Amino acid sequence: MPPPGTSISTPDPTPMATPMHVLRGIAVSPGIAIGPIVVLDTRGIRLPPRNITAEAVERELQRLDEGLEVAGREAAEAEREARTRLGPQYADILAAHARMIGDITLRADARTRVEQEQVSAEHAIIEVLEAHATRMERLNDSYLAARAADVRDIEARILGQLIGQRPKSFQDELPAPALVLAQDLSPSEAAGLDPNRVLGFATEAGGPASHTAIVAAALEIPAVVGLGKFLDIARQCRMAVIDGDEGLVILDPDLPTQARYRAAAAERSARFRVLSQQANLPAVTLDSTQVHLWGNIEFTAEIDACVNLGAEGVGLFRTEFLFLNAKPPPSEDQQFQAYAAVIRALRGRPIVIRTLDLGADKLGPYRVSAYIESNPCLGLRSLRLSLRDPGLFRPQLRAILRASTLGDVRILFPLVSTLAELREARAIVRDVAAELVAEGQAVRENLPVGIMVEVPAAALMADHLAKEVDFFSIGTNDLIQYTLAVDRTNETVAELYSAADPSVLRLIAMVVEAARVHGIEVTVCGKMGGEPLYTMLLLGLGLRQLSMPPHQLPEVRRVIRGVRIETARAVAAEALRLETAQAVTALLESALRQALPDTPDTPEPAASAMR
Amino acid sequence: MSHDTTVAHRHVQITNSLGLHLRPADKFVKLALRYRSEIRVHYNGNQFNGKSILDLITVAAECGTRLELEACGPDAVEAVDALSDLVSAQFYENENGDTIQSHPNTEPGR
Repeated sequence: MPPPGTSISTPDPTPMATPMHVLRGIAVSPGIAIGPIVVLDTRGIRLPPRNITAEAVERELQRLDEGLEVAGREAAEAEREARTRLGPQYADILAAHARMIGDITLRADARTRVEQEQVSAEHAIIEVLEAHATRMERLNDSYLAARAADVRDIEARILGQLIGQRPKSFQDELPAPALVLAQDLSPSEAAGLDPNRVLGFATEAGGPASHTAIVAAALEIPAVVGLGKFLDIARQCRMAVIDGDEGLVILDPDLPTQARYRAAAAERSARFRVLSQQANLPAVTLDSTQVHLWGNIEFTAEIDACVNLGAEGVGLFRTEFLFLNAKPPPSEDQQFQAYAAVIRALRGRPIVIRTLDLGADKLGPYRVSAYIESNPCLGLRSLRLSLRDPGLFRPQLRAILRASTLGDVRILFPLVSTLAELREARAIVRDVAAELVAEGQAVRENLPVGIMVEVPAAALMADHLAKEVDFFSIGTNDLIQYTLAVDRTNETVAELYSAADPSVLRLIAMVVEAARVHGIEVTVCGKMGGEPLYTMLLLGLGLRQLSMPPHQLPEVRRVIRGVRIETARAVAAEALRLETAQAVTALLESALRQALPDTPDTPEPAASAMR
Repeated sequence: MSHDTTVAHRHVQITNSLGLHLRPADKFVKLALRYRSEIRVHYNGNQFNGKSILDLITVAAECGTRLELEACGPDAVEAVDALSDLVSAQFYENENGDTIQSHPNTEPGR
């Protein structure tokens, strides 16, 4: 039975009627869109005649220069708008467009054509740019084919200026909000997408790094790209589903499929509404146990998301990005600027800054020795590297200590394996602080210092470590990897990698207990902390601080607000008694379903039609 | 044009994971335009104008590609120095092509 009020006309619902088409592409922006479809065709432009008279040459040259200049300004304007609306990644593309319009060879070549062949400015531009675009396409390289689209995009922009007709947005012609199906969207079309008019889109071309993919994700429009040829079929269809989670496009879906997706979409939007309304609700359990939620970030730009989604502060600020692409290593002042920017943006909310957590292999240009490690995971990395190389460690500590006066800063050492390492690191912090004071620099007294517990040795020694630190942060990713001796990126053994493994749970329990006995705080900042499946378990083990990527905050908050701490404790106690990761996972899944029956399952999208 | 013309050459290797794509090419041209010298990029027996983004994007050099930079003019040495620094700093982008830091040494002849 179709739900009442379904007004979209659909084919006869008998199974053998018009078969729906299920197409698989690349999911680039999650969500589900259902609605009428619009197939975009490339638009034509009306052009003036090609040839001009000798007397008209001067005027054409002037038109050419003006056209280029105005189009360049327009592209620069589009860049500025994109920078605030879509972020730097996309804005950089439009910046490159502006530079193409201002390209010295474009202007010179086009002028030559006008002067020597007496062609109009429009045709001069077309001929020069088409030659570029065709050359790129002939090289038969997908990257260059995409650049040809950039060239055609600026071509349209310049021609629009010359002809005096603004390139019309396809969106202006949409009768109602619709799914847009196209061969591809030009970068400027993508930048102008309006989520109120375009419910979702699907393209034949494109990949996960395409312009359209970047924009769709930024605007949260469900999108699937890289579908291959399908527009000919689509033109005969009336409606479609775009499943941006699974990367599917279903043309003229049958009624059961529509119903399933409508239900999933309704549930999704209801969840989103509820969850975003809850961003400012306290993360407390049903029986009033307060949990503190934090964000893991790498860039200042992520702080807005943290704050909007209700994080108390930054539980893990990674500093690797400063070092990864820099040669020589960033100076103390460069680091100070970077830390100061994040701290200021937090306006007094706490931030935990982790010192460099990189392997020597990632620091090619300034590695300590030329020794090639056969086993970098077990080698000179992270805090070990920092302790070995004062030229790396001291400037970072100086920068953090100087920035610490600007807010609530805590310092975190990664990959601590022994007490000796911790003591050595703390001694360097004291030394650096004394040095700064001697120089007359302001330094915050008693900066809290914590360690990542991510080596099993540290978990086993947590009772001793707890006496000498201000807090623990459990890095579950490495803890699991080192406990189970498994590299999760190695697919032949990846199935052994599980946060639910009882060995891992026992270590976490030890760490939490040690922290409790010594009265210090303990946070989980690994991937496990942001996965709703583990929230009850972690609460039950005694954790009250979780740090995670900002977008995971709403779901985890939802679980916290839906459970009782005594239930969580019972679940954790039972998990600790189990023998295998599979048994623990099954327990957690069933506990989560019982506590929160509305936890979503991914809709099963027309599985039979696909295979 | 200038009576004080030098020619400078430098071999560089593209090491950012996405290669010399649109945005790195833009950064390259932006920097090249600060110098008076002519800038050429030699690759695979072809030469490309280092001040033309339309020309430079067709280089499509992948990660690992070796290129030769050539500058000819009064500030040729400074130009190849700055441009090869930009290339070896991986155009200040991470493996996803996001800019990770603004260009710290925008002054010619650092």
